[in-house]
Amino acid sequence: MELIKPGIHLDFVGKMKYAIIFSVILTTISVASVIIHGGLNLGIDFAGGSIIQVKFQKSMTADKIRGALKSTRLENSIIQQFGPNEFLIRTAESFHDQKLFEENVNKPLTAAFNKDYEIRRVEVVGSKVGMDFQRKAIFAVILSWLAMLIYIAWRFEFRYGLGGIIALIHDVIIIIGTISILNMEFTISILAAVFFIIGYSINDTIVVLDRIRENVKLNPRQKLAETINMSINQTLSRTILTSFTVFLTVIALYLFGGPVLHDLSFSLLVGVVFGTYSSVFISCPIVLLFENLQLSKMKRKK
Amino acid sequence: MIKSLKIRIAITAVVCLAALYFLLPTLIPQLPTPWNEYFPKDKIHLGLDLQGGMHLLMEIDTDKALESMMERTSNDLKESLMESKVRFRNVEKAKGATISLELTDAAGKTTLENILRDKYPDLEIVSTNPRDSGQLVTLGINNKRAADLKKLTVEHSLETIRNRVDQFGIAEPEIIPEGENRILIQLPGIKDPERAKNLIGKTALLEFKIVDDENSLEEALRGNIPQDDIIAYGLRADRSTGEKGSAPYLLKNKSLLTGASLETATVQISNRFGEPTVSLKFNSQGATDFDRITGENVRKRLAIVLDGVVHSAPVIQERISGGQAQITGTFTMDEARDLAIILRAGALPAPVNILEERTVGPSLGSDSIRQGIMATLIGSLLVILFMILYYRLSGTIADLALIINIVLVLGILAAFKATLTLPGIAGLLLTVGMAVDANVLIFERIREELRTGKTIRLSLDTGYKKAFITIIDTHVTGIVSAIFLIIFGTGPIKGFAVTLIIGLLASLFTAVFVTRVIFDYFTGTFNIKKLSI
Repeated sequence: MELIKPGIHLDFVGKMKYAIIFSVILTTISVASVIIHGGLNLGIDFAGGSIIQVKFQKSMTADKIRGALKSTRLENSIIQQFGPNEFLIRTAESFHDQKLFEENVNKPLTAAFNKDYEIRRVEVVGSKVGMDFQRKAIFAVILSWLAMLIYIAWRFEFRYGLGGIIALIHDVIIIIGTISILNMEFTISILAAVFFIIGYSINDTIVVLDRIRENVKLNPRQKLAETINMSINQTLSRTILTSFTVFLTVIALYLFGGPVLHDLSFSLLVGVVFGTYSSVFISCPIVLLFENLQLSKMKRKK
Repeated sequence: MIKSLKIRIAITAVVCLAALYFLLPTLIPQLPTPWNEYFPKDKIHLGLDLQGGMHLLMEIDTDKALESMMERTSNDLKESLMESKVRFRNVEKAKGATISLELTDAAGKTTLENILRDKYPDLEIVSTNPRDSGQLVTLGINNKRAADLKKLTVEHSLETIRNRVDQFGIAEPEIIPEGENRILIQLPGIKDPERAKNLIGKTALLEFKIVDDENSLEEALRGNIPQDDIIAYGLRADRSTGEKGSAPYLLKNKSLLTGASLETATVQISNRFGEPTVSLKFNSQGATDFDRITGENVRKRLAIVLDGVVHSAPVIQERISGGQAQITGTFTMDEARDLAIILRAGALPAPVNILEERTVGPSLGSDSIRQGIMATLIGSLLVILFMILYYRLSGTIADLALIINIVLVLGILAAFKATLTLPGIAGLLLTVGMAVDANVLIFERIREELRTGKTIRLSLDTGYKKAFITIIDTHVTGIVSAIFLIIFGTGPIKGFAVTLIIGLLASLFTAVFVTRVIFDYFTGTFNIKKLSI
């Protein structure tokens, strides 16, 4: 079976202008969304606070729960649905003290719903730890970008490395933007997905760059734009298929992995799709751009 | 690549069998007796998010510990200065872990320095400021000693916490120091997280009480406890059998002394019999108190109670005025050392703060396992079907390698006792998707070579060779970004990164080495005209 016919020759380079415009719009929307929302909706791992996951035996609504929690410290907490009859109560306070927990959670819930509920999970993070973590996270993301840049630059050339890393930054911005637009909570699972995508999205880029390098060696006289086009077409089936297999697994994760993995699987989904797109439509234009800059510099020198 | 096919087949078989060997306890929970000698005992170690349990990150306030120590020392220092007839005013604990005092007599400074050198080697003079009536001297703990003391505080807190965790009878508690003054505590399968938190957070209490030999122990055990008395239990080792049992004591409730009065406790070898004993040293006030108490209670038994448990109750032979006491008994060296540590832990309590707490109930844990396994099965099935559809027989070979990959990853996790978490299961599934990527790269290349008319053998060779470099590249980048996650990820996410790395490494083996072995076997054994790819 072959999805992509071997002799295929689509004009990718020609369409790059549209792709760049598309990407610029997407990234602008992403950044704008974050700014409009006043930053990201940070999960407790980054902002400190408490999460209480409660499952009810009877059908329940968030409002009923809020009613039960009135006049406790949790009355202004965020209550969201997590699964069938399962809810997440999220508050900025850190409930370490067992007595406080009893008073503000167990007592009011038992009063309203008897014993028909089960506390499935509790997570409490102190705000100091959260702040610490934010800094470390940003630092690590930037470091990993640099690591990729260095690796690609070493294996290929600097301009290739630049193309790769700009594609990566583009992917991360879009993932974060999607989370922000949907007003989802930015949790540590999403950060894990971001790191995975950073390591994964570069793969398609490498496959294409590898082929470009090979073809440049074979056809040194050919214009770079031509070579790039040829290389993309030759590796098209590879690029699409490898992304497809990972996509299959991520879809399974998203549909069947359960609510706890939801953040992770959704971010991976977004990342895998855009990662493939960016390998072709972002990395290559950057390489071309540099090529054209160099050529025009050489022309001016003459 | 090793040339000989036989050796390569052997390597593959050995690796697979090794993985299965380590996985056996997980797959077959109860092995019959002659067999289970030869196999490892542990199942795959599940993370707290899969088996339920509590995770606590605690911070020990070492600064406060130093401050408390200085507080006690300032009291002792006052006594020493008075004994040595130094003229001073206002000995008090000052900001940070320092003591400030005013010397009214210049000559006093030399005496002070002597006293420090003899009795308080940990202290040093930080600053001296002249005042109208004399000098204001500030004493601090010298830096190296402060660092040592902080480390000791953390170690002792660790010991105390470990002791307490034992009370719960949890199967595999983990208590790990983290950083300079943090402790990570993982209690899998704990049924009573509230109790655990309360008891771990409290500081150890050492008390000295008199044993009430006048009233009847049996009566008290029946429920008639005399006023001002309590019943406490103590561990007692039977000398002949070495068995440990618990015996009841009737004690006078009043704590005559507490661990706060201890300066330190050390292990000594008693000269006479070469047996280890635990030597207690009281601080000045404690020594005075001890002197009085022992004087008033000669012939009675003094129970040494730690956290409500009676450790020993020796008879007071005579008044003890040196501020030192010995706990003798049938100690092994280890027991003596443990007791000394526990007592010292009592003597240097530091407040602990809970920084992070995550508790997962067992029902959520089992739900998560179920969902994780379901997603993995379905995801893997999708990939397997796709490979067969797209690459036919070669796809089947890739699928076989894939299954070996999964077994390998789980086996490695079991062998190294690494933890499998829910995101870890997700990582495993991701590896499945990425493992076939390597095969896709190889097969596409092989197809390309076949199209240019090369022979099967040559196409295989070129395909594998050309694709290999790209495969290495993609795996390196995946591993590098996973390493970043490991460095600062917490529990479940760390599991994700670890599983990812193991998966990537294993897939290098299965997708490249193993599939090649299978291809070579078939092309070598049978006369293949056309490659089903």
